[in-house]
Amino acid sequence: MPLQKDHDAILFNRHSDGIDRRGFLKCMAWAGTGALCVLQGGVLKSYSLDNPGHIAKAARGELSFVQISDSHMGFNKPANTDVVATLKAALAKINALPVPPEFILHTGDISHLSKPSEFDTVDQILQSAPTKDVFFVPGEHDVLEDNGKQYLERYGKNTKGAGWYSFDKKGVHFVGLVNVMNLKAGGMGSLGAEQLEWLEDDVKHLSKSTPVVVFAHMPLWNIYPEWGWGTDDSAQALSYLKRFGSVTVLNGHIHQTMQKLEGNVTFHTATSTAFPQPHPGEAASPGPMKVPAEQLRGLLGVTDVNYSRKRHALALIDSTLE
Amino acid sequence: MKRTIWIYCVAISMVLALAALPLVEDPLAAGSPAVDIKIDNFSFTPPTLTVKAGTQITWTNGDDIPHTVVSDDQSFKSKVLDTDEKFTFTASKPGTYSYFCSIHPKMTGKVVVE
Repeated sequence: MPLQKDHDAILFNRHSDGIDRRGFLKCMAWAGTGALCVLQGGVLKSYSLDNPGHIAKAARGELSFVQISDSHMGFNKPANTDVVATLKAALAKINALPVPPEFILHTGDISHLSKPSEFDTVDQILQSAPTKDVFFVPGEHDVLEDNGKQYLERYGKNTKGAGWYSFDKKGVHFVGLVNVMNLKAGGMGSLGAEQLEWLEDDVKHLSKSTPVVVFAHMPLWNIYPEWGWGTDDSAQALSYLKRFGSVTVLNGHIHQTMQKLEGNVTFHTATSTAFPQPHPGEAASPGPMKVPAEQLRGLLGVTDVNYSRKRHALALIDSTLE
Repeated sequence: MKRTIWIYCVAISMVLALAALPLVEDPLAAGSPAVDIKIDNFSFTPPTLTVKAGTQITWTNGDDIPHTVVSDDQSFKSKVLDTDEKFTFTASKPGTYSYFCSIHPKMTGKVVVE
């Protein structure tokens, strides 16, 4: 894969788990420095947010949207005692974008304990967004107790099954998947046979030049199975997307940004707006990571995504709440 | 002398009554031992626990993240346990019960009831 030296990209992918730790760590935006990742002709390039020239270029495209994730409304432990304030800060960030986003994707864990009041608070804060179009997929925290009934009533209109759906915007096909239901002992995220069948059918009739964006809560690639950071049947889902020239997979759940390129598929996880989680394997558990108060907002954030038809490129810009 | 014997008898009956008291008032205390399983750092401790039938098992969530305790065969199932919340199950039927956290299914444990 010919790549220029000044770009941090994933060059090796030799292991069967699909993870190359060197490339993987290189492409992680962490600790307050954002990264701009541009997908061009199937190759992901990442630049530092410190280069304003690159950012300005990426900010112009036919389609611009924002991903937020893991707002965990109701969480009040030491890792962040004010998740309302940090979600509001995320909205302020979105409102300050040079190009208003066409819509917002929320990749799950809207609430911490699936309480109606928690969902209400998030809905209320989202009223200040520059767009009324917010698309959701559930996180495991949104479907506690009632098998996702309340989630579906609130956010699942016009969806199938446990809340999966697709839509088209300016020539880009978006697919929202649910991988947090019916989890099996010892396993990770799960899509299930019914949803996989639907997905196969949903993308069957698209031309291979259609850019596809898939979003779901848990990572659709095996980031760290020891902590359950992956989806058991994601390989099957990705097999239906192999023939497309440009596929972007957006996930949440792990409360930190990570990226990987595999073939024409770019995987990206977003930061949380609530609290950070440790790097894979670098703590006793994936529980909330407590950092000094002045560092917290540097570890939370939003992801701005731009699509340019001319360049056939999706650009992802992660920015922190600082 | 008669008076002394009488006092003696009263004293003996009181001692007997006191000795019998726990059996009368709390018949479960002697027959139903209780054990604890801790939920910390996304794991159950001890991961495997062997108990006598009738033992009361209590799980306590020490994490900042909610967990559940669900047996694979659904013989017990907790509600969502937030931080410091508990779930108690009395293991009455002998057998091996594998269980997991339905929110974080990598968390698994086993209770063996003898």
